Amino acid sequence: MSDLIPKGIEVEQGLTLRKSNSDTRLMLTQLENETTLVAEAQAGKAEAFVTLLNQCNKYVFRVALNITGNRQDAEDVLQETILNAYTQLGGFRGESRFYTWLVRIAVNEALKKVRKRSAERQVSLDEPVETDEKSLMPREIEDWGDNPEKRYAQTELQQILTETLERLEPQFRVVFVLRDVENFSTEETATMLGMSVPAVKSRLLRARLRLRERLNKCFKKGLNGALQRANSEAL
Amino acid sequence: MLCKELIRKLSEFLDGELGPAEAEELTSHLEHCEDCRIVVDTTRKTIEIYCDTEPVSLPEEVRERLNRTLVERLGLNLNKPSRLL
Repeated sequence: MSDLIPKGIEVEQGLTLRKSNSDTRLMLTQLENETTLVAEAQAGKAEAFVTLLNQCNKYVFRVALNITGNRQDAEDVLQETILNAYTQLGGFRGESRFYTWLVRIAVNEALKKVRKRSAERQVSLDEPVETDEKSLMPREIEDWGDNPEKRYAQTELQQILTETLERLEPQFRVVFVLRDVENFSTEETATMLGMSVPAVKSRLLRARLRLRERLNKCFKKGLNGALQRANSEAL
Repeated sequence: MLCKELIRKLSEFLDGELGPAEAEELTSHLEHCEDCRIVVDTTRKTIEIYCDTEPVSLPEEVRERLNRTLVERLGLNLNKPSRLL
């Protein structure tokens, strides 16, 4: 039966291409001189604080941008994160990585922005875990072919990804960003968001399936360029 | 295994968190269910595409503005090489 499996479809367990995000993984595990710099920063050495920040800033900004979906808000979040980190530095006990601690502050600031901007109901991370399995079942099932993202120019692709992520409900979006874009573990994500591990897993599954469903409109095989663009515009 | 069971375990399968027996059961289902194969493949692709996004660099004027604000509000006295961002 295995010869029925089309090219490009891997049925092995696990993701195979996560190595492309290795620079982020490096950030999480090998922040240079972290222990020394944190101790110096806590002792009042501003340059040590700045050196720590400069290793993390662009990643913190990406978290802020992906959660808020808005560049101005992301800039504000980055600024508030740095200010809060500086004033709260004395309370950092090294129980997590400095970067994880910083992202946790950024996530809280970003969610404040999202809640404030949202004209709809309040975004709450304490909502019960959804159990409706019927809503999980994919509706659109179409092959994307090999490297569907390569059918788009880089800026066009980036726009599609940003807009698709932005349309995802915040309580799913934040989990997806931390787990799948920033590569935090399920446990780290749960700790950062004050949620249980099962709740993170449940929301991650829904986030992945909803994004897949929406990207399907752009990536399904056989679409020509004009139709792809029309689909992406209609997202 | 039914398709809905596969969907329920999809994340754990993609994250390599299923035990050998469950993974084998799921893989066996994929061998004869084209719809589920497509869902697994396209969900995997969704994650990989987002995983590949690069951190965004801040434009210079934004960096300057943030630096000024932060230095003023934190009261830091930094040399040029130690500037934030």
